[in-house]
Amino acid sequence: MGKRLSILTFVLPGFLLYGIFFLVPTVSSLALSMTNWGATSKHIVFVGLKNFIEMIGSDTIFRSAVVDSLEFSITVVVFQTALALAFALLLVRNTRLNIMYRSIYFFPTIIASVSVAFIWQYMFDPTVGWVNHFLNIIGLSNLTQNWLGGQHIAIFSLAFIQFWMHTGQVMLLYIVGLQAIPRDLYEVGEIEGAGPWQRFRHITWPLLAPSAIIAVVYTTIQSFKVFDLVIATTNGGPGDATEVFPVYIYQEAFTNYQYGYAEAGAVLFLIMMILVTVIQFLIIGRRDVSV
Amino acid sequence: MRRPSGIVQILRQFPLLAFAVLILFPFVMIFFAAFKTDAAVYMAPYNAPHPWSLAAFRTLFHGGQMFLYFRNSTIVTSSAIVLSIVLGSMMAYGLYRMGRFWGNLLWAVVSFGIMVPTQVNMVSLYIEFDKLNLLNSLFGLVIVDCTFLLPVTVFIVGGYLKTLPYGLLEAAQIDGASEWMLFLRIVTPLSGAAIATVAIFSLVMSWNDLLYPLLFIQSKGLQTLPLALLHFQGQYLTNYPALFAGVLISAIPIVILYVIFQRFFMEGLTAGSIKG
Repeated sequence: MGKRLSILTFVLPGFLLYGIFFLVPTVSSLALSMTNWGATSKHIVFVGLKNFIEMIGSDTIFRSAVVDSLEFSITVVVFQTALALAFALLLVRNTRLNIMYRSIYFFPTIIASVSVAFIWQYMFDPTVGWVNHFLNIIGLSNLTQNWLGGQHIAIFSLAFIQFWMHTGQVMLLYIVGLQAIPRDLYEVGEIEGAGPWQRFRHITWPLLAPSAIIAVVYTTIQSFKVFDLVIATTNGGPGDATEVFPVYIYQEAFTNYQYGYAEAGAVLFLIMMILVTVIQFLIIGRRDVSV
Repeated sequence: MRRPSGIVQILRQFPLLAFAVLILFPFVMIFFAAFKTDAAVYMAPYNAPHPWSLAAFRTLFHGGQMFLYFRNSTIVTSSAIVLSIVLGSMMAYGLYRMGRFWGNLLWAVVSFGIMVPTQVNMVSLYIEFDKLNLLNSLFGLVIVDCTFLLPVTVFIVGGYLKTLPYGLLEAAQIDGASEWMLFLRIVTPLSGAAIATVAIFSLVMSWNDLLYPLLFIQSKGLQTLPLALLHFQGQYLTNYPALFAGVLISAIPIVILYVIFQRFFMEGLTAGSIKG
């Protein structure tokens, strides 16, 4: 009895904090998403699924937010997981030079997103930025443009910044997985006469599957919840061209003061994240079996 | 595996070097920009500063502003790290020592906190903070940062505890050690590596966080570094030297630590990448 009680004293303080500042707001998000609460509403009224129906049915800004988020995430996931894997394969050995490369690639991850946002705002600047200057130098002047101010290009410029910042981190996830593959498998493969491609196809890839799942799911979730980067570079603009889902929720709540409506967005956001994760586990899990 | 031949080595170096340049070049450029005058950024944007100017830094430190933001960030980050490590490792130990049923149930509840992104809760958290009178206080920031860091801490320290031999604890218990003695004398010293990992993860997350200060802090004197940077952007608009002097100053402590403890940073942020 005394043992039970003393163990409880270990769990209780942390759990109280977690309960009050995580569980309570999460549950109240669900509840508030079904109310009309906002700065202009006098009384909080339960409105059922009205917010959700309105948001999905007729809110064009919501639709554009979903499209922006998808464009951003798909671009980031494709480039970040593929190139991170390539770099991981090149840098898997623990040589001095490789460790130096890894440290450099990882470096942007530790810098605040706000700072990274400013760095690239400067690089992309149409008048003094290096990106356009570089294109001019190599004779591709017709490609120069207003990278963060262009209606169509801005979301992809943001995707590039995200990629620049986090590829090194995803590369490390792969390296951890690669280094866990037993060396003798490759030796056996080589004795059996398997070439580099065959070794990759039959040893590395199947055994790397768990790391690949984590890398893809992690990159997807991380890119879906991009916020600081957008707030600090484009603030959702031009127009609403880069107003990704989390920024949309933020604007609904703190610019338009539609709390209940914003909570409906938050709930949809959570559902979307859970769906994406489950779908990815299903797809990648199935391929894992067939290998 | 055989060592790749010379030509393969050279082909391999090319993409590696190109990506390293892509990463480092922008940092060199903002370093230059921070030491230019505002005019020089526009007149000679692609050159190294000539002469090197400290005007941007003077602007930022004017009236002790930058010291204030630095102090705020330090207070919030260090308190949040200490609090979340103490509470988190206690929790991890408690869950580990609980019966299977309650231990697993609570473990699942805590894991939920790793999956939910901070933006899902931002509106209700803001309202809760308003009701509890925690808006516009550094203490409030410590509380949310700690709550945010707690699940990852429990996850990493708890995962490490599972690898410890259980007999170690049983033996000490037979010798009459209380739960607190087990925790303080055996578990804590042995989980040093896990705690270091968590500390680095927490440092980066809390030091760089923009969302919570943006939501909760209104008064200028309570801004943390990322929030202050965001306001510089509005204040100085395209005064790049001031902006980058701010970026450099706010990044200094974390970069110094990174240079010394690279391995821990990589382990910490990779292990914590489930959240983050």
